[in-house]
Amino acid sequence: MIPVDFDYAVAESVEDAIRLLGAGGEDAKLLAGGHSLIPLMKLRVAVPTMLVDLRNVQGLSGLQRDNGSWRIGAMTVHSELEHHPDLGLMGRAAGTIADPQVRHCGTIGGSLVHGDPASDLPAVLLAAGGSVTAQGSGGRRTIEAADLFKDYMTTSVAPDEVVTAVHVPALDGWGYGYQKFNRRAEDWAMVAVCALVSARDGVCEDARVGLTHMASTPLRATAVEDALRGQPLDAGSIAKAAEHAAQDTDPPGDLNATPAYKRHLARVLCQRALTEAAGLS
Amino acid sequence: MTATEAAPNGAALHVGRSLKRKEDPRLITGRARYVDDMSLPGLLHAAIVRSPEAHARIVSIDASAALARDDVEMVLTGEDMADLQSPLPCAWVPPGTEVANPPHWPLARGVVNHVGDAVALVVGTDRYAVVDAAEDVLVEYETLPAIVDPKAALAEGAPLVHGDLGSNKAYEFSLGGGDVEAGLAEADVVVQREIVNHRISGAPIEPRGVIADYRAGSLTIHSSTQVPHFLRLFLSLMLGMSEERIRAVAPEVGGGFGAKLQIYGEEALLAYASRRLQRPIKWIETRSEHMQVSHHGRDQIATCRMGARSDGTITAFHVQITADLGAYLMLLTPVIPVLGAFVMGGCYAIPNVRTDITGVFTNKMATDAIRGAGRPEATHMVEVMIDQLASELGMSPPAIRRKNFIPKESFPAEVATGVIYDSGDYHGSLDKLMGKLDVEAFKREQAELRERGIYRGIGLSTYTEICGLAPSRIVGPSGLGLQTGLWESAMVRVHISGAVTVYSGASPHGQGLDTSFAQIVADRLGVDPEVIEVIHGDTGTGPQGLGTYGSRSLSVGGEAIARATAKVAEKAKAIVAHELEAAAQDIEVSGDRFSVKGSPDRGMSLAEVAGAAYIPENLPEGMEPGLEETTFYDPENFVFPFGAHAAIVDVDAATGKVTVARYIAIDDCGPAVNPMIIDGQIHGGITHAIGQALYERVHYDDDGQLVTGTFVDYSLPSAAEVPMFETDRTETPSPSNSLGVKGVGEAGTIGASAAVTNAVIDAIRPLGVTFMNMPLTPVRVWEAIEEAKGGVPA
Repeated sequence: MIPVDFDYAVAESVEDAIRLLGAGGEDAKLLAGGHSLIPLMKLRVAVPTMLVDLRNVQGLSGLQRDNGSWRIGAMTVHSELEHHPDLGLMGRAAGTIADPQVRHCGTIGGSLVHGDPASDLPAVLLAAGGSVTAQGSGGRRTIEAADLFKDYMTTSVAPDEVVTAVHVPALDGWGYGYQKFNRRAEDWAMVAVCALVSARDGVCEDARVGLTHMASTPLRATAVEDALRGQPLDAGSIAKAAEHAAQDTDPPGDLNATPAYKRHLARVLCQRALTEAAGLS
Repeated sequence: MTATEAAPNGAALHVGRSLKRKEDPRLITGRARYVDDMSLPGLLHAAIVRSPEAHARIVSIDASAALARDDVEMVLTGEDMADLQSPLPCAWVPPGTEVANPPHWPLARGVVNHVGDAVALVVGTDRYAVVDAAEDVLVEYETLPAIVDPKAALAEGAPLVHGDLGSNKAYEFSLGGGDVEAGLAEADVVVQREIVNHRISGAPIEPRGVIADYRAGSLTIHSSTQVPHFLRLFLSLMLGMSEERIRAVAPEVGGGFGAKLQIYGEEALLAYASRRLQRPIKWIETRSEHMQVSHHGRDQIATCRMGARSDGTITAFHVQITADLGAYLMLLTPVIPVLGAFVMGGCYAIPNVRTDITGVFTNKMATDAIRGAGRPEATHMVEVMIDQLASELGMSPPAIRRKNFIPKESFPAEVATGVIYDSGDYHGSLDKLMGKLDVEAFKREQAELRERGIYRGIGLSTYTEICGLAPSRIVGPSGLGLQTGLWESAMVRVHISGAVTVYSGASPHGQGLDTSFAQIVADRLGVDPEVIEVIHGDTGTGPQGLGTYGSRSLSVGGEAIARATAKVAEKAKAIVAHELEAAAQDIEVSGDRFSVKGSPDRGMSLAEVAGAAYIPENLPEGMEPGLEETTFYDPENFVFPFGAHAAIVDVDAATGKVTVARYIAIDDCGPAVNPMIIDGQIHGGITHAIGQALYERVHYDDDGQLVTGTFVDYSLPSAAEVPMFETDRTETPSPSNSLGVKGVGEAGTIGASAAVTNAVIDAIRPLGVTFMNMPLTPVRVWEAIEEAKGGVPA
């Protein structure tokens, strides 16, 4: 790897990281797991002048259950999410990221703040109604998932803020499904659909559906959710609801997929994810 | 087969056993030395300024900013190298035909012709600095129209890659026999398809790398190459140096797959720059560079016509290939489609076969040999066509094959293309394959899967290939008319300790040949393979050699070693006979001794023989001291490995995604020297072809920009994408060499793409899709299904 020259500092605390980011100027970047940033630096697509490494900052890793919600340290690696017995959808999605090497280095905070619409975790956070805690020189704030993803690889986290924790509602009793479509096991999602369903007496009380790589940001498939809510949770209403999966999407085409194909995939995967979430598969 | 398998006859023979690979401990513990592991005192580093344009005139090059850096020693452009004696070589061209071969300089002179074309060389003291400095070299381009599609390139008025040639056509060449038009006229059914073998990359795990060190009038060049001897020869021509002043070394080489069967500009550039600066210089290819400028393979579009009588007898096969050569002719570029044309009749007794080839220049990287080199393309054409024909005739794929196989009694069999297939038993390998397919279970599973929208299909490929490159009398100037044949050399040296050093002119780079070669020598000299060291890939040791490619290294290089070893054994027997007062013809190798037949206690170990040879107190009258022999072996004929493969695939009709559920390969490469190594080669070869069929594609956009420049976009399959392979063998010895061996490095790749493609077509035929070309990616399969349904993808 032969990147453009850059400075490097290891932060000892969150405050230290914020100070180093501020001092590093507008092209300073945080280094978490490095599995998104470093490949871009290798290709000289990303050219940060300063990297602030978070590896030594205490307290940024690990999961705790807290008042019906999971608090996940921003530096928690994907493999820890993947192997957690009770994490549900987030763990399931984390287990599909890239390959085992990446999952042992890549972090949830890094993945979310990178804001890649093809990544697995952003749509999950969005569908689950989670949030992140961001800390900057002005203090600490909560950013709801719905406000986090602004554009292609752009989030509302400020350049001098450090995301310290991720909060995901536990959604006990909800069924979930995750359907990721890619050419190779290690690839980013061509399209992925995550589904959360709560049901009572065979009727869908509520549904949350997230779409990955169907626009420049992760999306909620609200039309699907609306179509399913209040309906009997069976194959028929799932199939009907899934027909709406591509509504209001703007999927980017590439060598491996036309936008039309991606819209089709969204519908197929949505049906499969909802079927899985409903326990009908 | 397991690594502990006993020798087939119960004796302590090493040939035929799955010995663990001698080379693996150093490879898997990171102790091997690749080019990038080496350093030299005063080493400089190089980076290359490459064209971002597919086709452009170089207006100006301003290197002043780069040269102003303290850590930059030199910047070279094409104009600075006017004293280079010759351009990069194209060594083999189709015989008897005019081939347009525009000069291909290591650095562009005036015009760039593809993305990545080298424009300037930056040499400096630090590897990071030269990459930065290369960005400081300002090149102004005047964009010229690029031509990317080879068929469009042949049209009137198409932009010309090389304006002074007046055409994008490089050559036309035909190979065949019989009368294809008469044969097609005789047919009751003629099937015509356009078969595409799209462009792929070799993608070895180690990219290329070069260290050139010119000092005191001599050049040592370390290069990650498959052909160090060719490198020495062509560098001597390009640099105007006498060949003996150049030593070319291929150290540990991390795979080649044909991509390192080449003389590259970087090799010449570094040698030239090292001579100018009198300093050693290193260049290591990045993966992105590899995707751009290490030659690609395939890229043939073929209009195929196959005719048959209603009973399934094939009467003729005609193929018109448009071969996309890229921007330049490199080492073997124009002959790659010719190699395929030799075996265009496949395993079948087709009386009329002809391949017409049109080679075309485009603004893309050159194509050249990638694993199989023309033969995967040919096999794909024959094997997909025969299934298309079977479908048209209402015959089963095995039945039409059996109907047309060359029967085993007919070997050696001269086929319509003029080559003589050495040996084969095509019915035998297909029978063995069919015995492993549980057709009833397949049908049951197929029906179960169908209920879930999964379409299961099965595809066959029965292939033969032409290996053992290359008998001089057949292909050389007085034969087919190529520039030279390709013999191989070997030197076997027994040390006074009884240890053995084998020098081969082959240049293995991951195939396990250190082990296979040692097994051959061990049996003939009564020693353990552990005490046999195999040295290769260094022009400074051993005799002249010709390298490793085309599955040639066992059948040509191994045979040379067997012959040199036989000479050593003969001398050893004479010494033993003399010492023990027996007749030389009564001495045999038995276990770890040369002993008298019938009296195993009367004998000598190889070390004892070597002692007698090097301390010549009692040698036979007139015998020279020492115990080493050299052989140059020029094969009498090619060898023709063959086999029968079956793929079972599942297609998710809703998404178009293909999964290979089962893959069974029966291969025949003659008697096995090391069954485990054969299995490994077959596994890798099949994976390579599954890659082409389902995943990999080098793709340029309409402007000639490379879209698949990294492993994110260039989808190599991983272990997760391929099934457990089920392999087995038949063993039909080749009469062409004493080992009976045929070669196996390319077999899997040559056989497998058609099996997978036929399986996918078989799977989705119920949905109305009767034919598809590779790559069978999800979007393409889905679109084919939608189109067959009559629906327009929304």
